[in-house]
Amino acid sequence: MVSRRMPPAADPTRPPSDVPITITLDGTPYTGTAGQTLAGVLLGAGRLSWRTSPGGASRGVFCGIGVCFDCIATVNDACDVRLCQRRAVDGDRVVSQGLDAPLPLRSAGTRPAHGVADV
Amino acid sequence: MSDVLVIGAGPAGLHAASRALDAGAEVTVLDAHDLVGGQFWRHLPDDRAAADEAQLHHGWKSFQQLRVRLEEHPRCRVLTGTEVWAIEPEEHGAAARVHALSGPSGALRREEVLLTPERLVLATGAHDRVLPFPGWDLPGVFSAGAAQALAKAERVAVGERVLVAGAGPFLLATAASLIATGATVVGVHEAAGPSALCRGWLSRPWELASSARKLTELAAYVTGHLRHRIPYVAGSAVIAAEGNGRVESVRVTRLDRDWRPVARTERDIAVDAVAVSHGFTPRLELAIAAGCAITADRFVAVDARQATTVPGVYAAGELTGIGGMALSAVEGAIAGLEAAGGVIPRQLLAERARQRAFAIRLERAHGIRPGWTDWLCDDTTICRCEDVPFGALSLTEGATQSLRAAKLSTRAGLGSCQGRTCGRTVEEILRQSPGLLGTTTTDQRPIAAPVRLGEFARE
Amino acid sequence: MHVVIVGAGIVGAACARRLAADGHDVTIVDRGGAAGGTSASGEGNLLLSDKEPGAELELAQFSARLWGELPNALAGETGRVPAIEYDAKGGLVVALTDEGAHALGQFASGQSGAGVDARPITPGEARRYEPWLSDRVTGAVFYPQDAQVQPAAATLALLESATDGGARLLQGHEVLGPLLDSAGTLTGVRTSRGQVSADRVLIAAGPWSGAVAERLGVRLPVLPRRGMILVTTRMPRRILHKVYDADYVGAVTSDDADLQVSSVVESTAAGTVLIGSSRQRTGFDDTLQVVALRRIAARAIRLFPFLADVPMMRSYGGFRPYLPDHLPVIGADPRLPGLWHATGHEGAGIGLSLGTAELVADLMAGRQCTIDPAPFAPDRPSLAPHLEAEVA
Repeated sequence: MVSRRMPPAADPTRPPSDVPITITLDGTPYTGTAGQTLAGVLLGAGRLSWRTSPGGASRGVFCGIGVCFDCIATVNDACDVRLCQRRAVDGDRVVSQGLDAPLPLRSAGTRPAHGVADV
Repeated sequence: MSDVLVIGAGPAGLHAASRALDAGAEVTVLDAHDLVGGQFWRHLPDDRAAADEAQLHHGWKSFQQLRVRLEEHPRCRVLTGTEVWAIEPEEHGAAARVHALSGPSGALRREEVLLTPERLVLATGAHDRVLPFPGWDLPGVFSAGAAQALAKAERVAVGERVLVAGAGPFLLATAASLIATGATVVGVHEAAGPSALCRGWLSRPWELASSARKLTELAAYVTGHLRHRIPYVAGSAVIAAEGNGRVESVRVTRLDRDWRPVARTERDIAVDAVAVSHGFTPRLELAIAAGCAITADRFVAVDARQATTVPGVYAAGELTGIGGMALSAVEGAIAGLEAAGGVIPRQLLAERARQRAFAIRLERAHGIRPGWTDWLCDDTTICRCEDVPFGALSLTEGATQSLRAAKLSTRAGLGSCQGRTCGRTVEEILRQSPGLLGTTTTDQRPIAAPVRLGEFARE
Repeated sequence: MHVVIVGAGIVGAACARRLAADGHDVTIVDRGGAAGGTSASGEGNLLLSDKEPGAELELAQFSARLWGELPNALAGETGRVPAIEYDAKGGLVVALTDEGAHALGQFASGQSGAGVDARPITPGEARRYEPWLSDRVTGAVFYPQDAQVQPAAATLALLESATDGGARLLQGHEVLGPLLDSAGTLTGVRTSRGQVSADRVLIAAGPWSGAVAERLGVRLPVLPRRGMILVTTRMPRRILHKVYDADYVGAVTSDDADLQVSSVVESTAAGTVLIGSSRQRTGFDDTLQVVALRRIAARAIRLFPFLADVPMMRSYGGFRPYLPDHLPVIGADPRLPGLWHATGHEGAGIGLSLGTAELVADLMAGRQCTIDPAPFAPDRPSLAPHLEAEVA
């Protein structure tokens, strides 16, 4: 039905039992196990796509090895992070990117001094 | 004592590093991923290592031995999570100036790493080439490499009913990984027809006898397939994926020997994921930036000692031709020895010759044939980053024959992946019409990885 | 009259369109593909702000008017709306030091005297124009006449109009030598694929113009100056105008061979941000120079601190053609009857192309030119000492 992570108990390779970690995507929590990438957590929990392409199409993981950039999202305020390459840390905040990608607002003094430009 | 930098910690890079240590060099191995092993030995991280992980891999034991040796060797430094973003040719003694950043992928401020090794071994490998088809950008369509990586390094199956399609023995490996992760593989559709497969694999069988390791690997896949009763269909391709918001079915069709769809042979198969690969594209950007000459068939040109055209720079593995793990390993060994000034034993050269013969069969049997573009429609996405459809690239006679100008005016290949996914396809389409002039290719990417301005800015 | 134009970049394309409209029989030859050289390696600047009063500014002002009319003109000529991304967004030049602010103010007042719309504004006003601008700005001038275009697309659109108007485009035809009659008049060119006869041969080959001229038998001291640009990933639009630091003003005409960097930052229609640029005399060497990238990035972050967190995904460089006296050369070459030039526009060729084409068309027709062509003439006094060494 969907992508999913093999439960350790059913896994013939006998991985250790889960060490649950929780990340959020646009505020929705997703739980995986320590050692997964952010893309792995999302796919393992059945989430297939998160980004919106310039033409409005849904994108998730395509190449899985850091080449295609389909899976990029903003992670803890840093934009354009390849989720398939980034190890998940409990509490990571992932925000999807699309035509209205969120702005990284970390650097001091970079917020707009005023409202909208008047020209 | 010479110092050798190896970029890429897959089979070629690890063997290069190990042999360079044998020859007495100071060795640094660098890889963008945070674990060594490359795509071939992509595995679970230490804190999640599985007791019986070997069953997901070929040559797992030798990988473990290599890895432990490099990690524990006093003359070896292993820099994982270190991404090279630029290479400059170097004129004074060093082989190149290598600019890298170390830290979690995509973090805001990674640590700068500047290396100026006397000798450089490039072992940056390859990634899947996926030929586009209508619907290939639907969620649920994955490259076979993604299905593999997620299975081996995440224990995630990309779907429950998965169809594997494309060309080459990698499809069998992918199917095996999917099965080992609990998925049902509904079929393996190989584009090469039975006659190409026979021509590639069954002619001069005595040559194959010496590629024993590779044959064992393939035989294991084949017996696995028989056990799981997976249909293997030669001369067949996925020509469309359909579904509402995600893939729900694929259309497969028979192909003629040039990979043209055969009319009235289509059928739809219900799936929830597709894993596709039509071969591999070498990751050439660093070699090009270092100044290495590229061959007409788009690999790094090397001599008998794996030396590139740039003094002090060597290349090994899929960069020099697609031939699988065993060829990569022996090329890496030769490159590592040569870079460190060691003596190359004859058996290594003989082993490489055997493995190269295997690679030639691979290409003969599974190489991409030109008819595939017949399955494209005007609205089929070619460039996934910028959503450029095939119709926008079907330029007429009289249109610009400059690849650069064509890219700029269509935006194909200008997005985040910088043409890594669509570049070869865009070139192939433009070469058919209006034709291309000049030596520019989509492999030229002086910025080898995205890097935040604050990570390299300096007055 | 049959005119052969050597070079299918923006200058060649603009001249071809204009000459075809005058009824000439035009053939454009290029050794590579159309719009594949300098015209595909720059920002697409249509600027008045960086030019001091003088002949080049006059040509830029003339060209700016033509650019404003071009989208409609092309739509009329080809029946299609041209996707050239022309955007009269205006330029904002800012200073980050008190001395810089003073120099910028003086420069702008000189420009105002020459008819440029240059509006000094306060740092606070500048930040209303550009909300993400650094709060260290000490002075600013807004130039509403500065505009931007996608240069490769614009070149291809001009070529399309030219070919619709009867011009012939020959790609992959490299000029190897001249065709001469018994009187020594140029009657065409010999190319890698044959001969093209012509009454006039116009060299519009950008930085390669010197090499083409040499093959035709005359010396033309056009040299390449390398410029590099960084491109970020896509982002929501946060930079609304073309924004420069005031140092740009001095860099354009400098003779310094060393690496010079000034900041030019702007959004593109695709959502990327282009960040330029460096200028360096390195011949045709196109190897990446990390030191140049580092300085370009540092300058850009000074202007827009938020850029520090934005990824660069690509960098490209191009060669800008310049002559020793830093003016383009436009007109008939008196040394070789039949030979014409339209080249040497340095970093301003996109902007100046349309005015150049008008001058070429008027000069060829023997008409009165809209602006004085004398400062660009191949036999102008400032260029004469550099032409003396004849090659052929």
